[in-house]
Amino acid sequence: MASPAPVIASNGGVIDAVKAVLGDDLVYAQEAVDEITITVRREALAEAIIALRDTENLQYQQLMEIAGVDYPERPERFEVCYHLLSLTRNHRIRVKVVTDEETPVPSITHIWPVAGWLEREVFDMYGVLFDGNPDLRRILTDYGFKGHPQRKDFPLSGYVEMRYSEEHKRVIYEPVELAQDFRTFDFMSPWEGAEYILPGDEKAGEEEGAPTPVTAAEQSDEPDKPGGDA
Amino acid sequence: MADYLEEIQGKTDEADPTVGDVQISNYTINFGPQHPAAHGVLRMVMELDGEIVERVDPHVGLLHRGTEKLIEHKTYLQALPYFDRLDYVSPMCMEHSYVLAIEKLLDLDVPLRAQYIRVLFAELTRILNHCLNLGSHVMDVGAMTPNIWLFEIREQAMAFYERASGARMHAAYFRPGGVHQDLPPKLLADMADWLDTFPTLYEDAMSLVVDNRIFKQRNVDIAVVSKEDAVKWGFSGPMLRGSGIPWDLRKSQPYDVYDRMEFDVPVGTSGDCYDRFMVRVEEVRQSARIMRQCINDMPEGPIASLDRKVVPPKRAEMKQSMEALIHHFKLYTEGFHVPAGEVYVATESPKGEFGVYLVSDGSNKPYRCKIRPTAFSHLQAMDFMCKGHMLADATVILGAIDVVFGECDR
Repeated sequence: MASPAPVIASNGGVIDAVKAVLGDDLVYAQEAVDEITITVRREALAEAIIALRDTENLQYQQLMEIAGVDYPERPERFEVCYHLLSLTRNHRIRVKVVTDEETPVPSITHIWPVAGWLEREVFDMYGVLFDGNPDLRRILTDYGFKGHPQRKDFPLSGYVEMRYSEEHKRVIYEPVELAQDFRTFDFMSPWEGAEYILPGDEKAGEEEGAPTPVTAAEQSDEPDKPGGDA
Repeated sequence: MADYLEEIQGKTDEADPTVGDVQISNYTINFGPQHPAAHGVLRMVMELDGEIVERVDPHVGLLHRGTEKLIEHKTYLQALPYFDRLDYVSPMCMEHSYVLAIEKLLDLDVPLRAQYIRVLFAELTRILNHCLNLGSHVMDVGAMTPNIWLFEIREQAMAFYERASGARMHAAYFRPGGVHQDLPPKLLADMADWLDTFPTLYEDAMSLVVDNRIFKQRNVDIAVVSKEDAVKWGFSGPMLRGSGIPWDLRKSQPYDVYDRMEFDVPVGTSGDCYDRFMVRVEEVRQSARIMRQCINDMPEGPIASLDRKVVPPKRAEMKQSMEALIHHFKLYTEGFHVPAGEVYVATESPKGEFGVYLVSDGSNKPYRCKIRPTAFSHLQAMDFMCKGHMLADATVILGAIDVVFGECDR
């Protein structure tokens, strides 16, 4: 590989070993950009993680990160990605499960206590529920916050802003008022997949060109054409 | 008199008949959010039994600024300065993970000189970070002088930051494909001189504490974490090494030119706060050693990739070449497109494993950029580490975690 990214142990044989251990619980495994990603069945997550940790030639002892990703166009919109690290084999693997707003993902706090806060963060940011997490509170957002800010349909500006009110002698919340309109730039080149109508090019999508003026002869032949069937 | 004797023995007391078996309930206090030893805006709800800590519930997120959300709305280059503002004590190390992640997705080659400059400044950043942490840790247990001396070192190191990038802290110096500007000619010579002089002050400051009786009484055998627990709680960096696990991403998963550097990885023996402190003390010396090797071995050459679809051309080139002008315009408006895919790149930041999980959908903005802060996992173990210790030990444990809230809360 040309880029100076961190070099880990070879990926050779890891997918086969994972397949052998997980069997039917493994939905999909791929190697891309020198990294191995596996998707497992949601219900079997805890067993799969234990297998990845305890199998002789896998040994992923440490859970480094749990990341949520939101794909609103998918039927099960959330991906929860567990990044595992093997200290002995010097290898990393990414384990994914998919879920939606309502279906809980089994918690792995009983396997690694560090999962507690990481799951809380995914819950806070995406609203993914974790079944079995004893302390599933919000963690990064404000006390009493509503909504899940990392979802793609949550606006960047949020819904409320807060300030100290001299009148009330306390901090109050108000709907967001932007002094300047929120500016979202579309940097996509109009020649490569822009999906909007270019300014001045509004007629580009129309089927026909400008209507041709009909001659007097044509008008006498089809007197009822413009008005439809009279 | 007999009445009085019975009364002081607690047998009878007409005024207060329940004396002797009063219900003592635990005492709950708020540590922070504004507490000088909290190293930022941390609120910890502590349940105390007398002066013994029974339970700690850290409330983080008071400095949450939605960095990850903001990054999703910026181009790859515009998102870079947000990384300086994560761990504002070691800015360039934060950028390091991010640019490596982009380069990995782009499969972009980086010139050797740029890699050397990055390693040089990553190690300078480690000295910066540790000088603040060691100083404030010492101050948390009551010593004043070393902190002020170490700030002097920080000040000198930040002058190098300024000469390289133009900014003392928020450098935005590491760029995808290399670094932003070449180093001024005299800077390397001055850094080499500084590497000969600063250890004197540093060793002076350390000699005041490392063998100090009071300092040891406050740190030795405080918050002992076994190897198994350190792994289970997701520790990394000096916290993991303090527990005796020789794990350093610079050694085990080398990035840039760390595979060419010679340095030792210090490890602790007992896993207490003193070991974590001493690991950091030694890391500063090793960082200085790496910096010397960088300065000696640094080759001449370009400081950023010559791929003009990623790295903008120099100003002088733009005066002559139309194509360079077009590239410059395109890169600073639309930005570069990154092939669809996902990577998790982690580097050894001064505080531990700092990771960036980058998901690209092929456009010019990251689809998702998850930042793996080091302090998040460490702080979570506060309850586990503090249990059974005295209230005053909590500040020491917190100091040894080396927590910065810009990074923890994002």
